Amino acid sequence: MTNFETIIGLEVHVELKTDSKIFSPAPAHFGAGPNTNTHVIDLGYPGVLPVLNKRAVEFGMKAAMALNCQINQETKFDRKNYFYPDNPKAYQISQFDKPIGEHGWIEIEVEGKKKRIGITRLHLEEDAGKLNHTDQGYSLVDYNRQGTPLIEIVSEPDIRTPEEAYAYLEKLKSIIQYTGVSDVKMEEGSLRCDANISLRPYGQEKFGTKAELKNLNSFNFVRRGLEHEQKRQAEVLLSGGIIEQETRRFDESTGKTVLMRVKEGSDDYRYFPEPDLTDLSIDDEWMERVRAEIPELPDARKERYVNDLGLPAYDAMVLTLTKDMSDFFDATVGAGADAKLASNWLMGEVSAYLNTNQKELGETGLTPENLAAMIKLIEEGTISSKIAKKVFKELADNGGNPEQIVKEKGLVQISDEGALLKIVTEILDNNEQSIEDFKAGKDRAIGFLVGQVMKATKGQANPPLVNKLINEEIRKR
Amino acid sequence: MADITKDQVKHVANLARLAITDEEADYYADKLGAIIEFAEQLNEVDTEGVAPTTHPVPLINVLREDKPVPGLDRDLMMKNVPEHEDGMVKVPSILD
Repeated sequence: MTNFETIIGLEVHVELKTDSKIFSPAPAHFGAGPNTNTHVIDLGYPGVLPVLNKRAVEFGMKAAMALNCQINQETKFDRKNYFYPDNPKAYQISQFDKPIGEHGWIEIEVEGKKKRIGITRLHLEEDAGKLNHTDQGYSLVDYNRQGTPLIEIVSEPDIRTPEEAYAYLEKLKSIIQYTGVSDVKMEEGSLRCDANISLRPYGQEKFGTKAELKNLNSFNFVRRGLEHEQKRQAEVLLSGGIIEQETRRFDESTGKTVLMRVKEGSDDYRYFPEPDLTDLSIDDEWMERVRAEIPELPDARKERYVNDLGLPAYDAMVLTLTKDMSDFFDATVGAGADAKLASNWLMGEVSAYLNTNQKELGETGLTPENLAAMIKLIEEGTISSKIAKKVFKELADNGGNPEQIVKEKGLVQISDEGALLKIVTEILDNNEQSIEDFKAGKDRAIGFLVGQVMKATKGQANPPLVNKLINEEIRKR
Repeated sequence: MADITKDQVKHVANLARLAITDEEADYYADKLGAIIEFAEQLNEVDTEGVAPTTHPVPLINVLREDKPVPGLDRDLMMKNVPEHEDGMVKVPSILD
């Protein structure tokens, strides 16, 4: 893109992980049978009154604080009117002029360059039902999702490349995930993203006409959709054409954006204050109570891992990808493990095990305590790294105490010089040829002999000690 | 004053997905105009220095604990639904 500057703004909807809905007590869980989690309040029956879910407010507040937003302590809800079968009430309860959070920001890093992306607003609202389109001229609606609490997070038009958009989403997802207010799983719809994109000649202050991209079902599709749209708009502009304000859908199979509809005028939602809900007033004490519940966020942890624990930046990045992993790491170090060894095990064997078995950390037999204890056994020389892999598998599969596993399975490393000397002598006696080879200058013979000792001890001999003994003994022959 | 145009009526009818005839649009323009005019009397009240009221009842923070109750019985819910299929509500297909 040499001629134009790209301007991108993202709108992200995140489903809050409450037990019940935002304005009704119906269960708010993903995956129930169709229309089994509905409530007369969400269905808009006559005479019903919505009542605001306290936890939904606190989750919204928590997310807003974690995204560096200012909290509007005097806030309210508004009615957004629209007529569409995904919402039987014909309006959505949302927040219009007093969102719970405003003026936030997050920091992203692209190609080593840090940049702050502003967050215009974060507001609370209710989700709508899910339409399943058939190819027979009708749609089928499941209203389970109707009334599920959502936060909508609107970014400033600060994003300049599809890469930055991707980084913004990754960072946003990570922060929200750490706060624990949402599962932020795009595949389950608990995080959804729409993108606004326009181009303008470099130097021009006024934004160009934007297109809105929908059906972006993964962060990767967001990036690809924006890349395609950036190219398409540049081509239209360079050929003297005009960009229409329109909504476009990303087609996953072709990687292109396709026109859905041209927008005529602005949306007319006729917002007005929601008369069925009272105003919301958040005092300092409530705010501070919620703020105190926000755990240490990924960037702060990364910094601590590098500065206080001396880990490489790469380790810090990998360990903080999920809160589960980072919490586990902290607890393992807290249980006395060396930070770098704990990091190596978590990034290596543990991650491989989780991937292979498609498990989460909590679903394995591993605990920070038993992992730390195992690492200690390696450090003390009780077991070799090779044996540790066996112990690890046992721990991950069935849990337990590593010392006990080592004892029960007879995996203790043989570091007793007398015992090893006996085996070494025996091996040397039986391998005259190797001794001759060694004397003839073939150093490789040592490796073979060490291998024989390891075999004889089922891998339990202390390798450096075996090496030393063989070197000493062979010279005596 | 409160002149409601026929176009405004048609616009609002369209937003509410109501099909109205030209004659009806004329009729409602008159009627709605009169209603708006009536309500506009409120503009004569001096509200200088008065904070906007978003709710007539002096209550704040009416909140509910996050405790779920079982959803509405689906068979019962479907009694208020014109057509349904596979536990879902059948609606005309509308392209977004």
